[in-house]
Amino acid sequence: MTRLFRLIPAAVALVLLALPARAAVDIQTVTSPGGITAWLVEEDGIPFTALEIRFRGGSSLDPAGKEGAVNLMTALIEEGAGEMDAQAFAAARDGLAASFTFASDIDTVAVSARFLTENRDQAVDLLRQAITAPRFDADAVERVRGQVLAGLRSDAKDPETIASDLFRDMAFEGHPYERDSDGTLDSVTALTRDDLVAAHRAALARDRIYVAAAGDITPEELGALLDELLGALPETGAPQAGRAEFHATGGVTVSDFPGPQSVVLFGHSGIRRDDPDFFAATILNEVLGGGRFSARLMTEVREKRGLTYGIGTSLVGYDNAEMVMGQAAVANARVAEAMEVIRAEWARIATEGITAEELEKTKTYLTGAYPLRFDGNGQLATIMVNMQLIDLPPDYPKTRNDKVNAVTAADVKRVAASLFRPADLRFVVVGQPEGVTATD
Amino acid sequence: MPKIPGPLRALARVAAPMLCLWAMPALADEDVTSFRLDNGLEVVVIEDHRAPVVVQMVWYRVGAADEPAGKSGIAHFLEHLMFKGTDEVGPGAFSELVEAQGGSDNAFTSWDYTAYFQRVAADRLDLMMKLEADRMSDLRLAKEQVDPERQVILEERNQRTDSSPGALLGEQMRAAQYLHHPYGRPIIGWRHEMEGLTQEDALDFYRAHYAPNNAILVVAGDVTPDQVRAMAQTHYGPIPAAPEVTPRQRVAEPPQLAERRMVLADARVSEPYVSRTYLAPERDPGDQKTAAALSILAELLGGNGTTSVLARALQFDTQKAVYAAAFYDPSSVDDTVFSLVVVPTPDTPLEEAEAAMDAAITRFIEEGPDPEAFARIKTQIRAADIYARDDAEGLARLYGEGLAVGLTVEDIEAWPDVLDAVTPEDVVAAAKQVFDRDRAVTGYLMREEVAQ
Repeated sequence: MTRLFRLIPAAVALVLLALPARAAVDIQTVTSPGGITAWLVEEDGIPFTALEIRFRGGSSLDPAGKEGAVNLMTALIEEGAGEMDAQAFAAARDGLAASFTFASDIDTVAVSARFLTENRDQAVDLLRQAITAPRFDADAVERVRGQVLAGLRSDAKDPETIASDLFRDMAFEGHPYERDSDGTLDSVTALTRDDLVAAHRAALARDRIYVAAAGDITPEELGALLDELLGALPETGAPQAGRAEFHATGGVTVSDFPGPQSVVLFGHSGIRRDDPDFFAATILNEVLGGGRFSARLMTEVREKRGLTYGIGTSLVGYDNAEMVMGQAAVANARVAEAMEVIRAEWARIATEGITAEELEKTKTYLTGAYPLRFDGNGQLATIMVNMQLIDLPPDYPKTRNDKVNAVTAADVKRVAASLFRPADLRFVVVGQPEGVTATD
Repeated sequence: MPKIPGPLRALARVAAPMLCLWAMPALADEDVTSFRLDNGLEVVVIEDHRAPVVVQMVWYRVGAADEPAGKSGIAHFLEHLMFKGTDEVGPGAFSELVEAQGGSDNAFTSWDYTAYFQRVAADRLDLMMKLEADRMSDLRLAKEQVDPERQVILEERNQRTDSSPGALLGEQMRAAQYLHHPYGRPIIGWRHEMEGLTQEDALDFYRAHYAPNNAILVVAGDVTPDQVRAMAQTHYGPIPAAPEVTPRQRVAEPPQLAERRMVLADARVSEPYVSRTYLAPERDPGDQKTAAALSILAELLGGNGTTSVLARALQFDTQKAVYAAAFYDPSSVDDTVFSLVVVPTPDTPLEEAEAAMDAAITRFIEEGPDPEAFARIKTQIRAADIYARDDAEGLARLYGEGLAVGLTVEDIEAWPDVLDAVTPEDVVAAAKQVFDRDRAVTGYLMREEVAQ
């Protein structure tokens, strides 16, 4: 039972936050004979390799009416491949003590693998069959479809999911981002094997691959592995979704749900990761709603008033949209008070910015924390693949803290006024809040 | 916006998270060093020099099962209040000082222990020790800090327990599982008792249990044992042992002679499920064999979503379940629980799912483990030696938890070998010993309308 946990899932952007001491990480780039590139940190101290692969696109590639196809397809990758059914595949993987996970979200299909040096070739061959030759056996499709439908039914009674669905519907109306990437009960029920084959063809292609590896493998070995593993994939996949306009307006949405607390989700549009002001925005978000106890919202909402167990904000960066979002769970009787405090803090930082002391303290924190994350092969591979997804160069860990330190008081003042817009703040409240009225 | 849920996210929440069986200490002997200061503080150092990072953890051998009657939740409340300052460090300043170093810090409470940790650059370890040693003996609490924090823990209970029918059923089942032993009380506390917890309650509990002779210091990362010894001597060494801090005084569970069954119906339930817990032995110092067999039993029965006994019987051979799993957490001072959960398919009644679960277990006991499945688990145990070395912080938790529940460093280091020595016959014998319905609680989580 921890004292605090983050309510806001760490978006990719958060992985890249800050640096004073330079991170001692030496990233090589490797290009395979077949032309696939990867980033590598070679570390031969432990005889295994962590491999992270991303395919850009994810469930935003689902055609209209086929919502959930990429999600179901991804869940089925390990449910039978090549000559093996689901049982045989799992037995082969476990017999090698390898681990593979396959996941999708709105922007990506993600493959994470860990395998031992002693049987690396066999593990890679198994993973290759899963990625390039999944079977989509009828019994496996029905079994996994049942799991996805059960998840969707659970989500319909989960206040956090209800809140995020409502917010997403308002924010991204007309764009694939408005949809639940797991699909709907109707769309998932209607998916056919052909739809899954088409989703596989659309999402897993060489024109959208990002790869990172860390561990006991040389550049030459990794180059050969890349061609073996991914060379058979088609050259191109489905066209990517375009930019998503942010449509939600300022106001309050309330959805009734039984329980002692309400989930309160709040936010508006945000800032692009490649914006020159992104580092100033990062500092501002950390001061307002970072997961730390000294953040203003934690201080005002939790520490001083005891209104919640945890509250935080984050700069959410998707491939095609950006938001500043926050979340808290608050006792129904005190939701109105918490919303008032949140609004006041939003307005205060917009008009006053942050103090010189807050700026310096936050720089110290962000730059001190950055090098601490590069420990462990699994961590390194994940960080490296995420860096590629947002177009950062391999030497970024060596320059990132300088960029944080270069942010001036004038920068944060200017950026605060545009980043935080109290009039645009949309609250979605799921629960039975007292004294809170919906505005539309 | 919260992450898009995976297919089983919601279902996986139904069961308590378990320490991965295969996450185990598997370092070369020279990487782990342990010693004790004169005041009784036990120290473990785990070296990993790959990155300039270090984690400090201090574990106290006290938790929710050590609370005075009527004060449930005080161990966890004190954990929160430990961040409220000392004679030298003001309220909230602890975390600020850690953050000023770019570090992060947090804490957690269980039935058997309370632990505090910081993760910082290796050259900041000295300051972390100074801070942690300071609050081992000089905690100061003011009413202005205690009152809002009581609201925070009540909101924590709202969020974690009262907003979740599955968590409420788990709490009720645990209370029924333990007839007398304090493991039956929730760590967060019963609400009516939490509401009455005071500053004095917290300070009484602190004085009774927080002392170097009741604590374990674990340091993992880019540091040497000599450096840790010198720093620990400087900062923790001067704190006197508290002779009045005595070993745990726990009441013993009487014989359990009657099966317990319960139903919790709630409008917020989407997917009903059946859950079963059995009272089960834990790892004991010098005697971990049964716990090792039960760990492998849990893995064979329900540790793998595809090849486990329950997955095959209920999801593959028949289509009675969308999810089936088994869990066993062997690290505990007193008897722990072995648990099973089955989430049926929509057209399968809970009674039928339960019967199918029991039939699969009966068949497993008759036929014994599948030799190939058993061999794969042994392979994974050996490979865990390798993977575990990638996560020094995870190893720090394993050593800290093991020592906090009364195991020795030797027990912890022997665990992989004890697991490796388990035979199929040991697993069947352990299953026969534990699967006794007189010592079990069965819970049904149902939609409200079904019960009405």
